[in-house]
Amino acid sequence: MTSSTHPASTGSSATPSTATVQMLTPDGERLDLDEGRRAELEQAVGAEALAHAAALTADDLLGMYRDMALARRVDTEATALQRQGELGLWASLLGQEAAQVGSARAAAPQDRLFPTYREHAVALVRGVDPAHVLSLFRGVDRGGWDAEATGVSPYTLVIGSQTLHATGYAMGVQRDGAVGTGDPARDTAVLAYFGDGASSQGDVHEAFVFAATYQAPVVFVCQNNQWAISVPAERQARVPIARRAAGFGFPGVRVDGNDVVACYAVVRAAADRARAGEGPTLVEAFTYRMGAHTTSDDPGRYRPSVEVEQWRDRDPLARLEAHLRRHHGVGDDAFAEVAREGDALAARLRRDVLGMREPGHGEMFEHAYAAPHAHVEADRRWYEEYVAGLEHGGAAADGEERA
Amino acid sequence: MTDDVHGTPGEGRTTQRVTLSRAINLGLRAAMEKEPKVLVMGEDVGALGGVFRVTEGLAKDFGDDRVLDTPLAESGIVGTAVGLALRGYRPVCEMQFDGFVFPAFDQITTQLAKMTHRTRGAASMPVVVRIPFGGGIGAVEHHSESPETYFAHTTGLRVVSPSNPVDAYWMIQQAVESPDPVVFLEPKRHYWDKAELDTAATPYPLHRSRVVRPGTDVTVVAYGPTVPMALRAADVAAGEGRSLEVVDLRSLTPLDLGPVEESVRRTGRLVVAHEAPTFLGLGAEVAARVAETCFFSLEAPVLRVGGLAVPYPVSRLEEEYLPDADRLLDAVDRVLDT
Repeated sequence: MTSSTHPASTGSSATPSTATVQMLTPDGERLDLDEGRRAELEQAVGAEALAHAAALTADDLLGMYRDMALARRVDTEATALQRQGELGLWASLLGQEAAQVGSARAAAPQDRLFPTYREHAVALVRGVDPAHVLSLFRGVDRGGWDAEATGVSPYTLVIGSQTLHATGYAMGVQRDGAVGTGDPARDTAVLAYFGDGASSQGDVHEAFVFAATYQAPVVFVCQNNQWAISVPAERQARVPIARRAAGFGFPGVRVDGNDVVACYAVVRAAADRARAGEGPTLVEAFTYRMGAHTTSDDPGRYRPSVEVEQWRDRDPLARLEAHLRRHHGVGDDAFAEVAREGDALAARLRRDVLGMREPGHGEMFEHAYAAPHAHVEADRRWYEEYVAGLEHGGAAADGEERA
Repeated sequence: MTDDVHGTPGEGRTTQRVTLSRAINLGLRAAMEKEPKVLVMGEDVGALGGVFRVTEGLAKDFGDDRVLDTPLAESGIVGTAVGLALRGYRPVCEMQFDGFVFPAFDQITTQLAKMTHRTRGAASMPVVVRIPFGGGIGAVEHHSESPETYFAHTTGLRVVSPSNPVDAYWMIQQAVESPDPVVFLEPKRHYWDKAELDTAATPYPLHRSRVVRPGTDVTVVAYGPTVPMALRAADVAAGEGRSLEVVDLRSLTPLDLGPVEESVRRTGRLVVAHEAPTFLGLGAEVAARVAETCFFSLEAPVLRVGGLAVPYPVSRLEEEYLPDADRLLDAVDRVLDT
């Protein structure tokens, strides 16, 4: 295996024989618009993906930049809040903005997205208030945003379990007749997010089997960020993860996960396939987690800093900024405006987090079941009486002392 | 199958003599006819009709879209059922045997059981996990387990077990109608027991226990496969002039101990029987609760009759392992001699 430090650029993929599809170079050039490179790219991802990339306007691209920048700003603020003791934990997305924004922007409004616990940019793109995301990490809530309104399911912390939920949901979509109708407002795809570590989990493989068996309209979006906490990707997979799809009988493609254009175009084409009833696709976004797995670990203990520096040169925001400046005439003002918006969002987020209501003790008894359950009710009654007894007992004791 | 009647009752007749296996089949049919969102899924549940033929004919009548012969992957079955439930479906999953539920244990306990709480009630999980459970059929390893306590211990799940065809018919329909996930334990060695089923009768509530044989000397609590055993023991005891009152728990979570407590206040004596090992089994919970609520009525310590602290043995030894009427009667003797 080639080491995970190998550059993820076209023509020099991490492993021979699996090209890593790139459309936007680290220098900000668009390969998909280069006549000399189009044939090669078309062979790798199909004409549809190229067409989706080509259709992106300057506004679209600036919008993608904005999403990535805001997500990064949220991440920075959340990391700071954790360091200040305001969050119990934070799972940083630093470095994975393009994979998340590109894929999430490829989803149609009716599509359903099943994240793991690091898809903060996906949540942001879909209109989930970042404060809801942080409420999970602050420990005041399970992150209960409105999954129906946003199309984003709750985070799951058991690695890979949500890939099966996504597949089952997609099987439901099929039964609802919401695939292959040709109606773009009705046909529905499902996106299942997971990481390179999860690719070792049985549930992910079972999800592949079920999705292939039923030709479920699901796009598996694997963000290969190279590290499963301290275990490198090459200790999880002897072949590129994208190649596993072939063994299950559906297409797999590896894209440069730091290239928002390629991530968008490839996932968009895969989601279109799913909506048309042509079954699942695995997209491996080859990217890098620039920070720790979570605020609980220290990546300095398990990975060389030279590797981090190499990936810094492939920063997903920097390359899109370079492209926007050079080819679309976007100037300092626009980037300054995004930065201001980010700062305002971060300030608001900080206020919201610090002002979050502590959950009442009675809330832990709520929604354990959809219908009343005798044991929960009994424990709730006991607890309420116990707490009331403490309060009254305390007052009585005070009274006795005074007497 | 050796049922007296095949097919659903017709021409105004609502009573038929059916096996427990057939009763679940009829219950599933009724649920599927009533609600198009009900799906049946599992290994071999389609053309074969399940290894115990519980789903026989359902694929033919309801189609492959509603009766899914799934790949052989238990976690996949339950995990996709969670997703189907999120999309508004009501899946009924079959685990082929009790010992094979463990690959799905994670999905059942960390996902299925928690999704309603995680979503603050926005998502209900109307999923049934059917498990043929218990021993006594001379099977090989992993085919005779009693995993009920693992599931009863997890808040978010409901666990029930019918002990006879009539309960089986109604309880499977009630489980399908439940907005919460239900682990449905089918006493596999009683799949072929027969009873008269009236499909026009009023069903008994899902989560209520029931006195299935009144008596005055000792209260015996059982569920699933130990209920028929307890009834046999009661017959034998009656011949010896001892009157056993048998309570069928039916629901393991929530537990309905009202009838048990009422009974114990009359008899003063309690024996709990289950096939699972006694250590940390349901009997421990029943004993503790009854000790709390009926302490001054008890004339003797509560005794438990159950499986032994050994891996489920080879089939030639399972009769040694399983509690039987003799072991139950021995416990009855001990509580009466105290």
